[in-house]
Amino acid sequence: MSSVEPAISKPVEYIQHHLNNWSLGVEPGQQVNIVDFGVFHLDVFLFSAALAGIFAYVAWKIGSNLSADKPSGAQNAVEAVVEFVNQQVQDIFPGADRNVGPIAITIFIWVILMNSMDLLPVDLLPGLKAGIYAWFVGDPHHSYLKVVPTTNLDGTFGLAICVFFLIIYYNIKSKGVVGYLKSFLYHPFGKYAMPFNIIMTVIEEIAKPVSLGLRLFGNMFAGELLFLLIALLAFSVWAMPAQIALGTLWAIFHILVVNLQAFIFMLLTIVYLSLASQGGHDEHH
Amino acid sequence: MNITATLIGQVIVFAILVWFIKGVLWEPMMKVLDDRKARIASGLAAAEKGKQEEEVARQKAADELKKAKQESADIIAQAQRRATEIVEEAKNTALEEANRVKSAATAELDQEVSRAREGLRSQVAALAVDGAQKILGKEIDAKVHAKVLDELAAQI
Repeated sequence: MSSVEPAISKPVEYIQHHLNNWSLGVEPGQQVNIVDFGVFHLDVFLFSAALAGIFAYVAWKIGSNLSADKPSGAQNAVEAVVEFVNQQVQDIFPGADRNVGPIAITIFIWVILMNSMDLLPVDLLPGLKAGIYAWFVGDPHHSYLKVVPTTNLDGTFGLAICVFFLIIYYNIKSKGVVGYLKSFLYHPFGKYAMPFNIIMTVIEEIAKPVSLGLRLFGNMFAGELLFLLIALLAFSVWAMPAQIALGTLWAIFHILVVNLQAFIFMLLTIVYLSLASQGGHDEHH
Repeated sequence: MNITATLIGQVIVFAILVWFIKGVLWEPMMKVLDDRKARIASGLAAAEKGKQEEEVARQKAADELKKAKQESADIIAQAQRRATEIVEEAKNTALEEANRVKSAATAELDQEVSRAREGLRSQVAALAVDGAQKILGKEIDAKVHAKVLDELAAQI
């Protein structure tokens, strides 16, 4: 594992190396603009798609083998999750249509899976890839890999933007296009503050996906960074016990963060969709 | 830390995943859960109904048993009454029969006696004549003494 060497000598480079994506459309290690649609982060897409594939496979495997009378162990476990999510949907969004449940459980499980990549040792997959890269291509220092899709804005905002459009869809579905536009005019301060209302409502609507995306990204990014800092303790044999103890502690704590953030993302999505579906002219403040 | 074309990929993956999960897992599982809920509800209702039916049946069985006991007691009483009647009847019949046999026997006896007497009567005249002849040593004309002989015979 060649990436252990720089961890000892050049901590800043080690961390920066780990924070770079395996990307198309940009030179390895090159800085990318904050918004650049010419770039494609291969690692984010591959890992999230692979995890989605695993989730879909397990769902298909269990879904095609359902039994009302004799549920298998796996079915029991999945049933518990489905019932948990369904309970949340029923509690928060009583008149939910049949798409809210699938949306909620997909967010919940997929985000958990993507977040859980954080619990793999920070150098395991990047080191593996660097080894293969060195074998076939060349200098392993030019091999980049970010394992946790949710430590990228793409990963979290991909979901947040979907939620944003779903909010618009549910608004239009419950109020109609005119009703939805009216809610921009008369909300939150009545019809005498119309221009102000428009600004406020636009900010409110934009803030929803932005807060969703940034919250998940921030939590996962910070967690990943801390794992990297703990990994830096490998500078000496004497620091190893500290590294192991801290790594274990943070990993255990991070299990909570991983699930909690996925749960919050799901819960807020349901809340937003529920708010969006609340009746026509009623002010909900 | 940037927004790139990956975002579009994420959106597409998410959309496909939601559609797939809905069709493959969520809808079938909701159906299974609803089925199970309905089945449990109907099972509980059936159990409740069964309990009530059992109670009714038990009541009915108890009633039937009581009725049967009553009936059997009635039948036994009736049978005893009937038996007494039959015995009584038999006794009466036997008594009548005995009387009838007795009177028939008595009548026959009387008949025999009178027949014997008749026989005796018819022979007594000849016997008396025979006896008198022996005593007197001469022939006696029975026609002459017919009157005496008839009186004699009548005495028997």
